Amino acid sequence: MIYLLLAGVLFVIGLHGLFVARHLLRKILSLNVLSAAVFLLLVALAREADPLDAVPHAIVLTGIVVSVSATAVALVLLVRLSRPREDQRKLMDEEGG
Amino acid sequence: MSLTDLLGGLLVLLGMPFFFLGTLGLLRFPDAYTRLHALAKTDNVGLGLVCLGLALYSGSWLTGLKLLLIWLLMLVASAAGAGLIGRTAMARGMKPWGL
Amino acid sequence: MGWLVLVFDGLLAAALIWLAWQATHTPGLFRSVISFIIFGLLMALAWVRLDAPDIALAEAAIGAGATGALLLSALGRLVATHEEGAPWQERRDLYFWIPAGGALLGLLTLAAWMLPSPGLGEQVQDALPESGVQNPVTAVLLNFRALDTLLEIGVLLLAAIAIWSLGRMPLPSAPAVRSPALPALGRLLFPMFVLVSAYLLWRGSHAPGGAFPAGAVMGAGGILTILAGAQPWLTGSVHGPWRMLLSLGFAAMLALALGVMALGQPFFAYPPGLAGLIVLALELAAGLSIAMSLVALYLAGQPPDHWEGEARGE
Repeated sequence: MIYLLLAGVLFVIGLHGLFVARHLLRKILSLNVLSAAVFLLLVALAREADPLDAVPHAIVLTGIVVSVSATAVALVLLVRLSRPREDQRKLMDEEGG
Repeated sequence: MSLTDLLGGLLVLLGMPFFFLGTLGLLRFPDAYTRLHALAKTDNVGLGLVCLGLALYSGSWLTGLKLLLIWLLMLVASAAGAGLIGRTAMARGMKPWGL
Repeated sequence: MGWLVLVFDGLLAAALIWLAWQATHTPGLFRSVISFIIFGLLMALAWVRLDAPDIALAEAAIGAGATGALLLSALGRLVATHEEGAPWQERRDLYFWIPAGGALLGLLTLAAWMLPSPGLGEQVQDALPESGVQNPVTAVLLNFRALDTLLEIGVLLLAAIAIWSLGRMPLPSAPAVRSPALPALGRLLFPMFVLVSAYLLWRGSHAPGGAFPAGAVMGAGGILTILAGAQPWLTGSVHGPWRMLLSLGFAAMLALALGVMALGQPFFAYPPGLAGLIVLALELAAGLSIAMSLVALYLAGQPPDHWEGEARGE
């Protein structure tokens, strides 16, 4: 089954990227590739069953939304990390804090 | 195979060269403006022909109208995107090729 | 036609692997992000091939659309976007990680393989008439396993709260050259997004669609409107309906789950006969919350009290 194999290869690429990537943004991308691989594995396995198994589909839908939330929080934290403190303070002053 | 099926298939096949040439242009043209030109051909004519062909092939008014809507939305998106990219390139001081 | 399908699958798999490699292992962050967006789009195609149109819809809107916008805006806000040196560290540990990853994957596949093999497909089919909807995925999401969906909307709400509580962030930069047509276009197209998501929501009860794709499409529409320099609906003030809509999905589901308990039913057991109506109402609430959360996630910080030009005191 071609998609099971694809999920395997993507999983290894994502895992490897997660461990060895230097830039944090790249680690986030790797994490997303990893989660895509897991989703693919779940759905590819679900197709084996005869009446199409709807439960993995629903779980993957849930998983996609959770993964976008995690990605968004990680990205905001990353941007905050990269910005120097001064930048933040200036922004606060402008708003008359 | 009925006449509409044949005609639909023919139109889809007719749209394919536009996609091929548009992609070729995107890869081979020298600057942003000419690439946009190539892309617009794909989006407008190529997709239009494919949508028309599929609408004939489906043989249902409702599907045909949905496909028409998709094409119209794609036209708007393509025009807006091309305008945006072109303007930004201009503002960045990118000279059109050959001028 | 059999071999043609096989060739298509093979090409798709090869493209996905190449794009994943591009996104994680080649120099140039911008290139990586673009590769990842295309990866998401092609993943949507893979979902279609795997008979999962619900996931394909959600992936196209969330995986490629919303995540792409999030990544690009984060990339634009990063102060130092250039990477020093090679994108990865030591090359030697490749000899360790590839077998280790392979082994982990093998174990996972084995574990998944050893699950009770027919899965729950038959049970879902059998219980479908009681669920009030005809689409098994929607039935699982909002009836049989509504608890999962409740927690998931909770995660989304939590993410939005976490991001807001980190303080303000400058608004995503407007296009380099201001064009008067762009905000107008954004405003004009937004009703179209609303129409499409209402259609998807309604369709969800009997065909692929439902709250997740609908919310994702509407959220993507909101992000697009912000990008075009216009202001999306309902986001006039932090104190306005925005906060309520953000928590609407979670609150509605929780209220319902507890409400049926008050009627003597177990947690999340819908009274028979009303299930279809309840699922539709929950879908509406969840879809609105998902859309609003996606816009909130995109803003990457507490939204401004007033959008440009529109003064609104605190």
